[in-house]
Amino acid sequence: MSFFIETLLGGLMTGMLYSLVALGFVLIYKASGVFNFAQGAMVLFAALAMARFAEWIPGWLGIESLFLANLIAIVITVGIMFVVAWLVERLALRHLVNQNEATLLMATLGITYVLDGVGQTLFGSDIYKIDVGMPKDPVIMFEALFQGGVLINKEDFIAAAIAAILVAALTLFFQKTPTGRALRAVADDHQAALSVGIPLDRIWVIVWCVAGITALVAGIIWGSKLGVQFSLSTVALRALPVVILGGLTSVPGAIIGGLIIGVGEKISEVYLGPYVGGGIEIWFAYMLALVFLLFRPQGLFGEKIIDRV
Amino acid sequence: MKQIRKLAIAASLAAALTGGLTVPQAFAQAKEQFFPILVYRTGAYAPNGVPWANGFIDYLKLTNAKGGINGIKLAFEECETGYATDRGVECYERLKGKHGGATAVQPLSTGITFALTEKAPGDKIPVITAGYGRSESQNGAVFGWNFPLIGTYWMGADVLVQHIAKKEGGFDKLKGKKIALVYHDSPYGKEPIALLQERAKMHGFDVQLLPVAHPGVEQKATWLQIRQNKPDYVFLWGWGVMNSTSIKEAQATGYPREKMYGVWWSGAEPDVKDVGEGAKGYNALAMQHGAEPNAKVIKDVLGMVHGKGQGTGPKEEVGQVLYMRGLISAMLQVEGVRKAQERYGKGKHITGEQMRWGLENLNLDQKTLDALGFAGVMRPVQTSCLDHMGSAWARVHTWDGKKWSFSSDWYQGDEKVLRPMVMLASGKYADEKKIKPRTPEDCKK
Amino acid sequence: MLYRENGQFKTSYQADQQIFPIAQDRLGVLLLIAFAFVGVPFLVDEYMFRAILIPFLILSLASLGVNLLVGYCGQITLGAGAFMAVGAYAGYNFLIRVPDMPVLGAILLGGVSAAAVGIVFGVPSLRVRGLYLAVATLAAQFFWDWAFLRIKWFTNDSSSGSVSVANLDVFGVEISSPLSKYLFCLTVLVVLSLAAKNLVRATIGRQWMAIRDMDVAAAVIGIRPMYAKLTAFAVSSFYVGVAGALWGFVHLGSWEPAAFSVDRSFQLLFMVIIGGLGSIMGSFFGAAFIVILPIFLNQILPVFGAIFGVEISTATVSHFEIMIFGSLIVFFLIVEPHGLARLWSTGKEKLRLWPFPH
Repeated sequence: MSFFIETLLGGLMTGMLYSLVALGFVLIYKASGVFNFAQGAMVLFAALAMARFAEWIPGWLGIESLFLANLIAIVITVGIMFVVAWLVERLALRHLVNQNEATLLMATLGITYVLDGVGQTLFGSDIYKIDVGMPKDPVIMFEALFQGGVLINKEDFIAAAIAAILVAALTLFFQKTPTGRALRAVADDHQAALSVGIPLDRIWVIVWCVAGITALVAGIIWGSKLGVQFSLSTVALRALPVVILGGLTSVPGAIIGGLIIGVGEKISEVYLGPYVGGGIEIWFAYMLALVFLLFRPQGLFGEKIIDRV
Repeated sequence: MKQIRKLAIAASLAAALTGGLTVPQAFAQAKEQFFPILVYRTGAYAPNGVPWANGFIDYLKLTNAKGGINGIKLAFEECETGYATDRGVECYERLKGKHGGATAVQPLSTGITFALTEKAPGDKIPVITAGYGRSESQNGAVFGWNFPLIGTYWMGADVLVQHIAKKEGGFDKLKGKKIALVYHDSPYGKEPIALLQERAKMHGFDVQLLPVAHPGVEQKATWLQIRQNKPDYVFLWGWGVMNSTSIKEAQATGYPREKMYGVWWSGAEPDVKDVGEGAKGYNALAMQHGAEPNAKVIKDVLGMVHGKGQGTGPKEEVGQVLYMRGLISAMLQVEGVRKAQERYGKGKHITGEQMRWGLENLNLDQKTLDALGFAGVMRPVQTSCLDHMGSAWARVHTWDGKKWSFSSDWYQGDEKVLRPMVMLASGKYADEKKIKPRTPEDCKK
Repeated sequence: MLYRENGQFKTSYQADQQIFPIAQDRLGVLLLIAFAFVGVPFLVDEYMFRAILIPFLILSLASLGVNLLVGYCGQITLGAGAFMAVGAYAGYNFLIRVPDMPVLGAILLGGVSAAAVGIVFGVPSLRVRGLYLAVATLAAQFFWDWAFLRIKWFTNDSSSGSVSVANLDVFGVEISSPLSKYLFCLTVLVVLSLAAKNLVRATIGRQWMAIRDMDVAAAVIGIRPMYAKLTAFAVSSFYVGVAGALWGFVHLGSWEPAAFSVDRSFQLLFMVIIGGLGSIMGSFFGAAFIVILPIFLNQILPVFGAIFGVEISTATVSHFEIMIFGSLIVFFLIVEPHGLARLWSTGKEKLRLWPFPH
């Protein structure tokens, strides 16, 4: 029993990271209809920038405090993500309005290549660590309840709390601020939004920037756990089933989808894997998403697809 | 009109393209020996690929600084493969004819090795895979052009089993023990399975296989299973970012690092340094050498290459584990050329075919190795036509939180276990490919 | 002046519907094929054959297959790499398990197996559409990656899981020299492209296009979506599977599943989109762009560096390579979202009118 709980918790934690990446996908898709494959590269790029600046800043500015160095690094990285968002809008998106989905998808793949190249040129391709002072060693809890107790990482809980705060902040931003309202208006209907005077290009920059910030948060959590390296960009592939399971346009879908995929993946690997030789979690996640899609082709929370001839 | 201009631009671009691709390859120069170098300095496996490449090149520079091989200077050129097979093949094709022809090629990737194994016999270029590649290619009678010098995965796995048997107090104590193999889900990671299963049958221990998908950044489920099954030992067969991730996950699930043993590709500084204290006690196999900052050859490199400002990488990595691996790989190739020159004429350019003879008749005794500056780093290597490995020595080193240091004596892979497996697997390969194994007479040619 | 169809009157429906209705096109294509067969072998060296032309031909075939599905039937797929792998591994198994199996037969049967697998993985397309389908096809990719690593039967119990073939011969001709490999791939490609060109103007191709343009409307006018979509999956997978078998047998000789990874799938979709959706010609342009450009950049950048007197490190070269590659992709998608094939056809239009502007 305690092991099952551990697996479940492990799945939820992984799922939460997937949710964060998926959130980036959803935000951008909602606002601009672009299936942004570069989200994974953005996670990598942000995490790399953060890791490297946190490493360089103490040397440059003579700051001793780890907290301060990290804080400055985060601020700089947010700035960089804003520049990235602006450049993407200026140089690519603006010129690709009204293209079909596949073309847009491919354009973001092109952006992925550019980001991968720039990231590695500027920041290197070694393994870097992000040290935000998270505790590393596990603790055993609930020993009274279960035999052997449940092994828990404090780090995971802190990460979960950070993710929850981010989601709450995003919700507030979307529901309560004028910019957030404008964003929702754009998501509902581009033309209507334009006609009431919402500047589309500025909204796009904002939404890419917000996606960049979620990428940064995902990158920091992941990086502080497992280190930052080029391979981090492959998390995009792990997050894709989440996006389609939850529905491309739904923020709650991304979160719930992430948790479902995370848990499904870990449970399948741990309990089913040994019978078939292991290593099944990736395709199992996709199959799981596919099964959901067969029943709801637009994802759990996606907008219903209506066909007209 | 605009479109036509576009077309014209496109056409000229295309012309430039083909022109650029067929840039005449550099002409043959008799006084140069060409070493193509397939590297990956970028991408998922860069942290481990870079030090290897730097060590390799530094040794070539050192050889040149010492006057080359009997006066023959070494020419070399890098080509980035990114650990991808098709790019590796392209690199090989690009470099093999340059500067009078490649001497030998070292792909540093099991996938590329497999592909080149098919191409090398036609081109007559030896493929040196020091410490990787397919284990059965040790049998030079079938694999005429493959040289898994000084180590194969079967030998490595064998030594690891020997080591834990010694720890437990004898092979009979292994009965009922559980060993988990956490491996990179690719031919590379799967190589040791055959040997472990063979050994498991002999001694009655249990092998649990836990594959990790490329590139290995997501291992939660793997380590949950380890926590569930509580194996007595974990063998780690990873590469690149997978190694450090494994150690971090071990820490997160509370698996003792002292019980973890990596193969020689999972036991270098990039794998542990940012885990730091968390990796303390983690062991890995050392393919003869470990981190060797005090070796004489390293002093030479620092003095004659880095000292002159010609170092390839940062100074701090000189002497680290993977750097040493690259350096030794280069040394073996250089010594192959030297050996071939003994037969085909000192100070002459050596062809791929002559190089094969050199590699097949390598005889680096301790005195030669000491003279080259490898005292305490390596044990003697002697190859033959039937044995393309030449040396089965290895030891174990342990990370103490700051550096790697040796924690075991020398072991030797057990011929009685390895040889039959090599013969069986290479025989199967020969049947499949309809290769007639070379006889000892063929070897003399 | 030369490229003009004046005076070429069609007197029968057949003549009007032929593959290349314009005489100059016919002649051009024939000349091109003749040049590829006869001229090219005299002009290029071994490196060009092995590292550029053979991969280009094989990937053209694969991208042609993907184009049939994505470009003509409108079903986006990201699983093409998996079908290549199925083709290669199935071909391998036919070759070693069936006594006296001819190589060509094994390759074609590899394609047929890929077609069968394609039908199975095409079933979700009946329910799921657009990007959702694209992501769902990744399930095929990851599943087959896993299957070929894990199920030993597929790899003939080889200990490492990689397989190899040797001693290829087709109708008594040994396929081992670069030239023979090139000619073999070229022949397969020419035959299959002509078949594709025919397919897309036949009933089935028209059904695919109707489904692509609007599947509900197509169903209303009596096209069975299931039949059309699944045939598209089958035919496309066949092409991709044959390409996969060629890639394994002829190009690599020995391979592991990583040779057909998800990167390959993306690459193939790139070829189709850069080349031009719904254009046979475009598949070739796309393949050329994706195969040759990175290699070209990789070789030309150090040369550029040398001109300006800087030595560029290998790492920097490949970083710049992917950056320039990525930007060029975005650039092309912006200037010509319909692909290189559209550039080609606008060029032809202009040629027809030339030298008069209107």
